[in-house]
Amino acid sequence: MAVSHAKNGSLPLMNLVRTTAFPIINQLHLEEKLLRTSSENWCIINDGTVDSAIVMGVSGKLSDLVETRSVLRDRIPVVRRFSGGGTVVVGKGTIFVTFICNKDAVPGLQPYPCPIMSWTARLYAKALHDVVDFSLRENDYVFGDRKFGGNAQSITRARWLHHTSFLWDYDARNMRYLKHPPRAPKYRSSRRHEEFLCPMKGFLSSSSDFVDRTVASIEDHFSLRQVELGAVTDSPAAAGYTQSTKLLTEEELKASVESETEV
Amino acid sequence: MAMRLWASSMANALGVSRAVAGAPLHPPFAFSRCFSSVLEGLKYSASHEWVKNDGGVATVGITDHAQDHLGDVVFVDLTDPGAAVSKGDSFGSVESVKATSSVDSPVSGEIVEINTKLKETPGLVNSSPYEDGWMIKVKLSDPSELDSLLDPAKYTEHCEAEDAAH
Repeated sequence: MAVSHAKNGSLPLMNLVRTTAFPIINQLHLEEKLLRTSSENWCIINDGTVDSAIVMGVSGKLSDLVETRSVLRDRIPVVRRFSGGGTVVVGKGTIFVTFICNKDAVPGLQPYPCPIMSWTARLYAKALHDVVDFSLRENDYVFGDRKFGGNAQSITRARWLHHTSFLWDYDARNMRYLKHPPRAPKYRSSRRHEEFLCPMKGFLSSSSDFVDRTVASIEDHFSLRQVELGAVTDSPAAAGYTQSTKLLTEEELKASVESETEV
Repeated sequence: MAMRLWASSMANALGVSRAVAGAPLHPPFAFSRCFSSVLEGLKYSASHEWVKNDGGVATVGITDHAQDHLGDVVFVDLTDPGAAVSKGDSFGSVESVKATSSVDSPVSGEIVEINTKLKETPGLVNSSPYEDGWMIKVKLSDPSELDSLLDPAKYTEHCEAEDAAH
């Protein structure tokens, strides 16, 4: 298995792609391609996606998680991603940070969900060390008991991916597109989205400040090499790679509405 | 197209025994250094899948060590019967703790059956990894591949070394 090392040999190399307003469906396609076809380490940071969208995990059931009639009426895109985890509404106030690493990239880190989650939490704790009450709670990043970042992962034989959608800011009206999920962390205590979630903008001066802090924390573990987004998206797709992230069709959304009606 | 299996979560059952040769698949309680059960009569891959060969048809699943490290399994996605699989290739994935983790075949051949019980009860992977939590059955195209897999003692050493290194 290939392991990328910095020229000075001290820290492993990680490619950093830093961008803004990259559509989330395109970002997820890129992430899945890099996870399955690259042998290098990557960090992708996207400060805000262009339009609002709903992003479901690989096993999410539309009728359980999404107010499909409202989504159809308002023509909100619904994406099913390749990683696990729950459903989020994303938009221009969402900051996306994704790590895609070889299994041995982080010394001593076992490529299983909990160790990876703990490692990323320590990385963000360092980045937010002067922000009160940051912690990892039942796989969510929280300030106190309010969630500001949702996580999901995809782990293959030789690599792992961990991505987070951070709520820099959000339109509370978009939460009406989401149902209360059947599987929720205990600390949520049945709170509505508005009482459970917390925007980051009240704790930091700007979204770029958060990104800068995160990059500084990553540099404790990796030697970063800046890569332009175009250089990655323009590279040809590897042979034999089948993409699973997809945009749900109007027919699929309507079928979900009909199934709810029949029940 | 891969078969999509829906499920509800179950509590994670931590297996802590090591079976002896000839013992039933519910061995008596005993401590082992790695605190996961490793059964005699099976072969193991370094990526924590187990194989039981029965006349050229191999049953495959993930080990107790793997299910313990993954956490509560809430969803299992398996390649449809009839598909070919090669040693080392993924035959599906499990979801746990917000993560999808690929499961890789230790052997090559044709998938002749998948465990449909995992559709409604994916937690069987946690509670019964070596029996009710089996995943696929493969008609072997090259039985000699079994020779390169780990025996129970070597697999136990592998697990202990892996955990000690992290």
